[in-house]
Amino acid sequence: MTGAVAGKAAARARTPGAPSPGRVLTRLLRWSPLAPATVLLLLFLVGPIGYCVFIAFTDTQLTGQESASFVGLANFRHAFGDPAFRNAVVLTLVFTVLSSVLGQNTLGLALAGLMRRASRPVRSLTGALVICAWVLPEIVAGFLLYTFFERRGTLNALLEWLHLPAQNWLFTLPVLAVSFANVWRGTAFSMLIYSAALAEIPQEVTESAEVDGAGGVRRLWHITLPMIRRSIGTNLMLNTLQTLSVFGLIWAMTRGGPGNRSQTLPVFMYDQAFLKSLIGYGTAVALLLLLVGALFSAVYLRLMREEV
Amino acid sequence: MRPTAPLILLAAAVVAAGTLTACGSGSGSDKNTVKVAFIKDTNGKVTVRDDYVRLVARQFEKSHPGKKVRLIPIQASENDYYTKIQQMMRSPRTAPDVVYEDTFLVNSDIKAGLLRPLDDHLGTWDDWRQFEPAAKAAAKGQDGRTYGVPDGTDTRGLWFNKKIFKKAGLPADWRPEDWAGVLDAARTIKRRVPGVIPLNVFTGKGAGEAAVMQGFEMLLYGTGEHQLYDPGAKKWVTGTRGFKDSLRFLDTVYKEKLGPDVSDALSPNIQTQVAAELLPEEKLAIDLDGSWLGQQWQKTGGGNPWPAWSATLGQAPFPTQHGTPPGKVSLAGGWTWSVPQKSRQPELAWKLIKTFQSQRNALEWCVRGAQIAVRKDVAADPRYRTSVPGIGFFTGLVKISQYRPALPEYPRVASAIGEAMEAVTSGDASPDKAAADYDAALTSLVGGRTVARP
Repeated sequence: MTGAVAGKAAARARTPGAPSPGRVLTRLLRWSPLAPATVLLLLFLVGPIGYCVFIAFTDTQLTGQESASFVGLANFRHAFGDPAFRNAVVLTLVFTVLSSVLGQNTLGLALAGLMRRASRPVRSLTGALVICAWVLPEIVAGFLLYTFFERRGTLNALLEWLHLPAQNWLFTLPVLAVSFANVWRGTAFSMLIYSAALAEIPQEVTESAEVDGAGGVRRLWHITLPMIRRSIGTNLMLNTLQTLSVFGLIWAMTRGGPGNRSQTLPVFMYDQAFLKSLIGYGTAVALLLLLVGALFSAVYLRLMREEV
Repeated sequence: MRPTAPLILLAAAVVAAGTLTACGSGSGSDKNTVKVAFIKDTNGKVTVRDDYVRLVARQFEKSHPGKKVRLIPIQASENDYYTKIQQMMRSPRTAPDVVYEDTFLVNSDIKAGLLRPLDDHLGTWDDWRQFEPAAKAAAKGQDGRTYGVPDGTDTRGLWFNKKIFKKAGLPADWRPEDWAGVLDAARTIKRRVPGVIPLNVFTGKGAGEAAVMQGFEMLLYGTGEHQLYDPGAKKWVTGTRGFKDSLRFLDTVYKEKLGPDVSDALSPNIQTQVAAELLPEEKLAIDLDGSWLGQQWQKTGGGNPWPAWSATLGQAPFPTQHGTPPGKVSLAGGWTWSVPQKSRQPELAWKLIKTFQSQRNALEWCVRGAQIAVRKDVAADPRYRTSVPGIGFFTGLVKISQYRPALPEYPRVASAIGEAMEAVTSGDASPDKAAADYDAALTSLVGGRTVARP
């Protein structure tokens, strides 16, 4: 860019601290197309986030309060001392690891691998089914799986047919049930990412490994996985962030119950902010959830950087 | 930065601006439209309130030429409905002009400055004299001003299936004298009529405030005076025997399997399930529930028309714990039509409320909605008195009915009670432990304004 070079030369010739009018103009011109975007970003993204951060340090309520006041770190201190919050953190981690890291990710890879070998009709049919689950709105999927797991639901009907004991899965194993629901709903995304990644592995590499006598497991471990490492990282990160924020699915299926045995952080946050009207506290919890997401992302980014 | 980057960002900004402004423009209000927000039953087939609101809206449009009523039905469980309207009322862009409020929430919303006092209008409205004093007080703020016009009240008692009672050898004019009497009947049914659920008492967080009012408070208010709030001391009460006994009653019902399967009892859909399936399919013998239940089975607008219900179901008052006078207990609630503080058409809103509560429309609503009338002229109307079987029974309970402590913090206290019930019902805590947890939660919720009472 010649403008930038000229500007730099001019700046060097001058005393520091007083940029030439020409340089200011170039700079302004260069940034002017960005102005609307910047304004909108400030207004609609930074604004609300800043407002949220502010609210988290106040005792704002949805109803029943005349005016809110600044309470410093009280909401955060309250959270760490609140057994219900700690319970929600643990359940969030369980839910995320079970449904995202283990479930969606592994199943997605397995499906992608299997579909490469499958005949075209099988591939199309499986793909269509999995993607159907994915495009359903979260809340609809929630109600569908509610009727699947419910005491008089499809799963129990199947079990009874097989002469196995039926039970209300949403009551006895709520975390497992919602995790399964999330796997069911979200696997398509991993499958698509891995299908694309697998398609990019050069045929020669696989073939030469085969010629060298490498079996399926060895090929997977030494060839496939290392070659799609970046995709794994990206997929894990996106899946995890998406799973951390799952709300409608759990709300429709269990409302965080029974007791609070499936109350993950988003459900806990909703309960505090909207059912108990404690907007300030709920927002503080939301910020902590953001922190959990950031921690996961940092770990994945680190994994992606190594050995590449 | 690559030279194309600003271009992409600009394009994104233009697209974003387009979508965002498109979102905003729809909610703009014009001077001739009045927006009314109300709750729509979670059972989509029940359209009693929708039909009635539509009827009044048409009438209003006819009598006020050029004016339009925009209906905002909100299909949600009660707790989600409260949250939704509170959020809507916070901003002038989204605030409806008329809103349907549960009286237990009115004081909380008044304190938050979400509602508009109506005293100036009420002073010049002749019909206001027709309203029962207790009903007039239902939407009164702690500042002495009135913030809503009630459209009915409700009472609570036991509904029981006479056919199942006959099979169990129980009388058709059943009148339990104390809690033990209720439990005994349930145990008899469990023994003699297998396959039906003997007794439903709403519990836990799933049913929301309904569980707290129909379930817990019906028990608690029968255990002695001021077990929840002491109006003399102006303090919330902790550590009472009554609170623990009420939790113990629930524990008994669900431990002995006299109630619905625990997983159903704690499900968010239990209310709909009881009214739409368990009672009409005669799978439930006794239900501790509200006076309005009949509206679900009406021929028009009811979710599940069940003409035989009036012959099949009997009603009995819910007894006090040991049968102490007056021997029965009921709680009264009800909803009001209010005007949000941020309404842009408060004048038009008031006119619409007057239309809602004209004698003719109030009667219509009480008949359609199986409501207990709050207007004297409606209560005296023969059409009302013969509208629904059992209406006489439930109207008779008004005299002994008690109100919830209508204080700003009540909704959160109710939510803490729901948690205590859930903990006991699910077996997570003993009644004593759950009561102790409630005491701790209560103290923090009301800023320490509590008094301990054995």
